[in-house]
Amino acid sequence: MSTPKIRFENVGKTFRARGATVTALRDINLDVRAGEFLVIVGPSGCGKSTLLDLAGGLAEQTSGRILVDDKPVTGPGLDRGIVFQQYALLPWRTAQGNIEFGLEAKNVPRRERAAKAREYLDLVGLTGFQDRYPHELSGGMKQRVAIARSLAFDPDVLLMDEPFAALDAQTRDGLQDELLRIWEKTGKTIIFITHGIEEAVYLGQRVAVMTSRPGRIKQIVDVGIDARSATEDLRSDPRFAHYRHEIWTLLRDEVKRARSEELEGTHV
Amino acid sequence: MSSLTETPPAVRTAPARRIAVPAVPASPPRGLGRRIGRITGAVLTRIVAIAALAVIWEVFPRLELVNPVFLPPLTEVLAAWKDLLVSGELGNHTSASLARSAAGFGLAIAAAVPLGLLIGWYTPVANLLNPLLEVFRNTAALAILPVFVLILGLGETSKVAIIFYGCTWPILLNTVSGVRTVDPLLIKSARSLGLGPVRLFQKVVLPAAVPTIFTGIRLAGSASILILIAAEMVGAKAGLGYLINYAQYNFAVPDMYAGIITISAIGLLVNQLLVVTERRFSTWRTAN
Ligand SMILES: Nc1ncnc2c1ncn2[C@@H]1O[C@H](COP(=O)(O)OP(=O)(O)O)[C@@H](O)[C@H]1O
Ligand SMILES: [Mg+2]
Repeated sequence: MSTPKIRFENVGKTFRARGATVTALRDINLDVRAGEFLVIVGPSGCGKSTLLDLAGGLAEQTSGRILVDDKPVTGPGLDRGIVFQQYALLPWRTAQGNIEFGLEAKNVPRRERAAKAREYLDLVGLTGFQDRYPHELSGGMKQRVAIARSLAFDPDVLLMDEPFAALDAQTRDGLQDELLRIWEKTGKTIIFITHGIEEAVYLGQRVAVMTSRPGRIKQIVDVGIDARSATEDLRSDPRFAHYRHEIWTLLRDEVKRARSEELEGTHV
Repeated sequence: MSSLTETPPAVRTAPARRIAVPAVPASPPRGLGRRIGRITGAVLTRIVAIAALAVIWEVFPRLELVNPVFLPPLTEVLAAWKDLLVSGELGNHTSASLARSAAGFGLAIAAAVPLGLLIGWYTPVANLLNPLLEVFRNTAALAILPVFVLILGLGETSKVAIIFYGCTWPILLNTVSGVRTVDPLLIKSARSLGLGPVRLFQKVVLPAAVPTIFTGIRLAGSASILILIAAEMVGAKAGLGYLINYAQYNFAVPDMYAGIITISAIGLLVNQLLVVTERRFSTWRTAN
């Protein structure tokens, strides 16, 4: 196999908060292929966001290393774009202005910025919404703008932290299809975090299941359904049910463990 | 600090828009008629109370329900006001006052905004200085006025200085809080784009803080007028505060009221101007 796009090597992360140390991640080993759509699922608090922050260069791991294109991650970079659950749009900028924000960071000339922003608004299905401010957009539209912003400066890797978790079911289904379409069209490498099993199976070529804290990779499930967008009603496909059940079983014990630890924590 | 960082007025306009929505099914002419009716109604409610005050001011002294020597009827006050205006006296006092206010207010903006940005940006500095800022803010400017007079004398310097002092705290505290309350996610997201500290500050922190800074500037603007008058009552040779005080001393009661009316009109105007400016800079903060 060729070299992975992203490689996590024995990555660990501990936090020191109010005297106590919390081990959020331990011994994460994971390879992500170029152009792959990898989904990470895990119980809440298992360190998914922490892992993504490390890959994004927003925090530093305590041990191990992360390689992107064989080069260690030392900080944020425009080769990786992050999409957050809460959109993180600048409220004083229009949809277009928000998309241009990433291009300004990349020092793209002004005229080119405007054209690029329009292009990516079109890509995420928001043609004509360029002058809307975030408070004039629905949650789904805001997330489309955020996705457009992350795509516009053309990173190889898209890191998405539960991007659809705050949206209603219908909007979420629509955006999942849209994301798959964009992924197929652009060939980005995507790491997508979710706590939804259906979402994981629907989107991921592979689904990495994490253990409860300290987070480790428990198992990686190869979702053997190809050409998703061609499959008419993927969710009622028997293979879909099979993978959903497999991941559900893997997660069940971890969620239980996380719950009981949480309860113990509150009793102390 | 919370008392200073009040909700921007823009937020308060939101319910009005929500009310407008159910009116859509109604036929346009009726909807329009109702809207005009509502606007006239709103204007009327605003005028009614002031008109009532004017009527009472006119009638009560004339019926000798209050002593007309201490409270002359409004028409007499307005006549005195006109005389002062025609003689140019009112203009002189007003410009003297406004010059002082503007100087103190302007200096406060020029000093407090950059200082506040600096303090807010460096967390340890903010934590260190905040208690001190609170102490100064809660020390009424007028309580310190004698100190200013003592040190700087009775001239212009002490007057501008006291206005500067009074205007500084609301601006400074709001600026600090504006910088410190920037949504951490916006900062995180900007950092993920590789923005360095300078551009992060310029493109994220500063624009995010602007509405809060303007709230501080509006509060300072009101304060500048209030403090001005008191400052001018102590050893000034011109200004509206001086006019009011001097008129009272010489028992020119209508002139005194003319001065008071002028000052309250200026206060209203300045405040209105600042509210409009503030709203312009914080439209994006509506309903987040
Ligand atoms: N900055 C931090 N300081 C201290 N503890 C943290 C910090 N960030 C995350 N943690 C802890 O690390 C663990 C993993 O958090 P997170 O990555 O947000 O989990 P997830 O995204 O899977 O829900 C949690 O127990 C959380 O409390
Ligand atoms: Mg998370």
